[in-house]
Amino acid sequence: MTDTRQTEGTVPLGPDQFTGPTPDNALRDADRDAKASMVAADGTPLKASLARSLRRQKLRALMLVAPLLIFVLVTFIAPIADMLFRSVQNEIVVDTLPRTVAALQDWDYESGEVPGPAVFDAMTRDMMVAVERKEHTRLGSRLNYELTGISSLLRQTGRDVEDIGEVQLDAMVGLDPAWEEPATWAGMLTTPDYREAAAEWAIRADEGGRLFDEPPPRMELAEAAQALPLTADAYTDFARTIGTESQDSALEEEPWPLVYMSLVQDLRQFPAAADAFEGDDGARLAALVEALPTIPEVDTRAAFLEIDEEWADPQVWGTIKAFSPPYTPGYFLSAADLTLTPDGVEAMPEDERIYRTLFLRTIFMSLAITFSCILLGYPVAWLLANLPARQANVLMILVLLPFWTSLLVRTSAWKVLLQQQGVINDILVWLGLVGDANRLVMINNVTGTIIAMTHILLPFMILPLYSVMKTIPPSYVRAAKSLGATDFTAFRRVYFPQSVPGIGAGSILVFILAIGYYITPEIVGGTKGVFISNRIAYHISTSLNWGLAAALGSILLVAVLILYWAYDRIIGIDNVKLGG
Amino acid sequence: MADLTAAEIADRSGPGFAIGITALAGALFGYIAGNTLGAGLIGTLVGAVLGAGFAWVAAGPLSGSRAGGRWAAIALCALLGLVFGGIGGAVGGAVIGAVLGWIAYWMVRTDYRKGLPPYATAGQVLWHNAFLFICGFIFFFLIAPIAVVIPLSFNAESFFTFTPEMLALDPEGYSLRHYRDFFTNADWQQAMWNSLKIAPVATLLAVGFGTLAAIGLSQSHIPFRQVIMAILISPMIVPLIISAAGMYFFYSRIGLQGTYWGIVLAHAALGIPFVIITVTATLVGFDRSLTRASANLGADPVTTFFKVQMPLILPGVISGGLFAFITSFDEVVVVLFVGSAGQKTLPWQMFIGLREQISPTILAVATILVTISILLLTTLELLRRRSERLRGMSPG
Repeated sequence: MTDTRQTEGTVPLGPDQFTGPTPDNALRDADRDAKASMVAADGTPLKASLARSLRRQKLRALMLVAPLLIFVLVTFIAPIADMLFRSVQNEIVVDTLPRTVAALQDWDYESGEVPGPAVFDAMTRDMMVAVERKEHTRLGSRLNYELTGISSLLRQTGRDVEDIGEVQLDAMVGLDPAWEEPATWAGMLTTPDYREAAAEWAIRADEGGRLFDEPPPRMELAEAAQALPLTADAYTDFARTIGTESQDSALEEEPWPLVYMSLVQDLRQFPAAADAFEGDDGARLAALVEALPTIPEVDTRAAFLEIDEEWADPQVWGTIKAFSPPYTPGYFLSAADLTLTPDGVEAMPEDERIYRTLFLRTIFMSLAITFSCILLGYPVAWLLANLPARQANVLMILVLLPFWTSLLVRTSAWKVLLQQQGVINDILVWLGLVGDANRLVMINNVTGTIIAMTHILLPFMILPLYSVMKTIPPSYVRAAKSLGATDFTAFRRVYFPQSVPGIGAGSILVFILAIGYYITPEIVGGTKGVFISNRIAYHISTSLNWGLAAALGSILLVAVLILYWAYDRIIGIDNVKLGG
Repeated sequence: MADLTAAEIADRSGPGFAIGITALAGALFGYIAGNTLGAGLIGTLVGAVLGAGFAWVAAGPLSGSRAGGRWAAIALCALLGLVFGGIGGAVGGAVIGAVLGWIAYWMVRTDYRKGLPPYATAGQVLWHNAFLFICGFIFFFLIAPIAVVIPLSFNAESFFTFTPEMLALDPEGYSLRHYRDFFTNADWQQAMWNSLKIAPVATLLAVGFGTLAAIGLSQSHIPFRQVIMAILISPMIVPLIISAAGMYFFYSRIGLQGTYWGIVLAHAALGIPFVIITVTATLVGFDRSLTRASANLGADPVTTFFKVQMPLILPGVISGGLFAFITSFDEVVVVLFVGSAGQKTLPWQMFIGLREQISPTILAVATILVTISILLLTTLELLRRRSERLRGMSPG
């Protein structure tokens, strides 16, 4: 069968496959010639004219659709895309601790050792900037999702990190009180142009008061400052941070201890750097170089360990490193009860595994709801489809009224009915069927959710079932009976198979709706009867773990889209009926 | 015996079968009524005797006058109820009497065989009636929760259940205080106005954009029809909690979170699929030669749209608009996240009330909403009939 090309010459070809001229060809040629020569009223060939008109029609149709399409893309598709993006987004670590992340590249978690002094130096700088911008607490809560305790560690460190380098500051000020003056630093490290611009900016900032939001002028470093790379860097950070965060001018504020520390570090490394500066600056720096041996060393690593011993734990550094990339699978792993540790992907501790159970419960409860909807919807749909039109229309109202009634009304009705002091229990007690002491517990558990949601989603099962059953000719069942089938056999072998598409349509619809429900489980579900949606809402509004909420939402979205794809293949989206 | 039909059995056994069944039903009602008075056994006996008596009367003395017999049953049972249970008991008794009387005549006149061929076996008759009973039960399940809310909203106490005064039909047990609360409480009024401010604007947006797009989509030459349709329908497909989460994240990025327009835009997006679906469905039956005829007679496209096309597709547009309106008016998940405290809508206020169980004012609101949905349902049904009449189909 696969070798048709080899046998081409020997097997006779079909009538359309002759290569020589046939009467057909001549007809086609004539047709083509006739078309080509036909012209429209304005003299253009008809074909071109038609094509142009078709193009214009297409364009006009698109123009009609375009406003709505743009509207939906902006108000709906963009938010969904944003949510998908948020489920992997993780820029906070690298944005808050850029230097630390870079320094950690060379450190290997597997070694089991605490990172070297370079990492602690970088961390000191990052933390000082972060504390000033108040970003370290946000980073703390982010990393706390991955390693419990990091949040308090970062908060503690944030309080104490500003004291690192204080001894060097004191020593330098003791040597020359000029080091305490903001002008000394600004004069030494920045250009006169910058100082002028910054002074003007500071005046405007004072006048503008609270509402002032103009960014401070861009830092321009003096040429000589290049000789002191760490100092220049730290000073730039200092000036920018206090400028944007508290609208203070670098000309008027004493630099952070970090700047002093950096200067000592720079000068220890390049004692000749002092020569690059002129006048007072040069003299002051030369004096500082002279006095360097008297200035105490600062060990950032020791300082960090003094703040909190946790910093000696490689686990902390490993976690920071593991979550340093701007995109992370971490939230999706959490959603599957896994966690990304420095050692790789691991299962969550036994007592923190909730999401798999929750997903399974959501699916199980949705299935139970779907099944009870089939059970209750099938007889009703059959009755509606087989009654005379007038009676069926009246009964149809009983189905459509709940369908049209507010969801909140139906949910509150079930709350009223199912409570322990509610209507059903009251009636049962009143009738003496249940003792007053042992009233039934029907709310705030799985039962409550299933009963209420079956009621709410039942019309979605009845309507598609009804429209399918309406098309089944009653003569088939009669024919089966006249051929000797019993009622049951006629139903099982003839009627039921024809109604299966309706069951399929209704089931998928009900299942999709059930799996993403939020309001009803929230009100009647208690803690045992809630769905994954309730957890998503919890993470958005209570725990503020938006990334995890987005990851859970993305998983749910994918599940629903797959189901819809199946629905479209089986029934077709266009066939969605809205209440008759 | 095996080849006898149930009808023949009933004929042969005379009214005995009917008397037995009615007595059984009477015993059941008697047990219930007796239990409420603390004397189940006596109630059962009295009920059985009453049932048997009704059936005997229906088969004998009053077999000709159905209405008379049933009124007599109602009167008798109501009297019994009045003697033992006051006004509430009288009403309960009347209901039981009506049902028992109906059962008696239904059994005696073999109405239970109605709709079945005369050759149906006893099993088939039993199954047929059991099936109808099951269906009746399911309809009850569908409607009862909504029906229960309405009387409870007139409760004089702040309870979510029937008080003894209500059951005794004591006028003291009923009041309009929850309605009064709804119309005077600042929170509820604020919520109602918010809902009324948001829903119409969202509907207008959805209907305006949606109708235009539906007209574009119904033209035969539109490219990427499937993809466009999927995008426009997607707000209906995506679970609300996901839409809400996405909108919350995105709208807070662009500063729309917690604003009036944020909610309006979100609700318009949610209502659009309904407009698209109903309007495209209406356009399927639209005769395109009408627009061509209009153009031929010299009308420009705008005139053609408003004078020819719009009046014909108006029922579809209105019902799409109603769907969009009810979507926005009913919506709570998205508004919970996108809105701020100042934009509390009616469903939001109800949601808070349900979660924290503040007051049965919720039930008064629910009753008002049920009334609104009945009105909406009626409007839609009338529109549907009109549209079918316009298209030359018979209503029904």
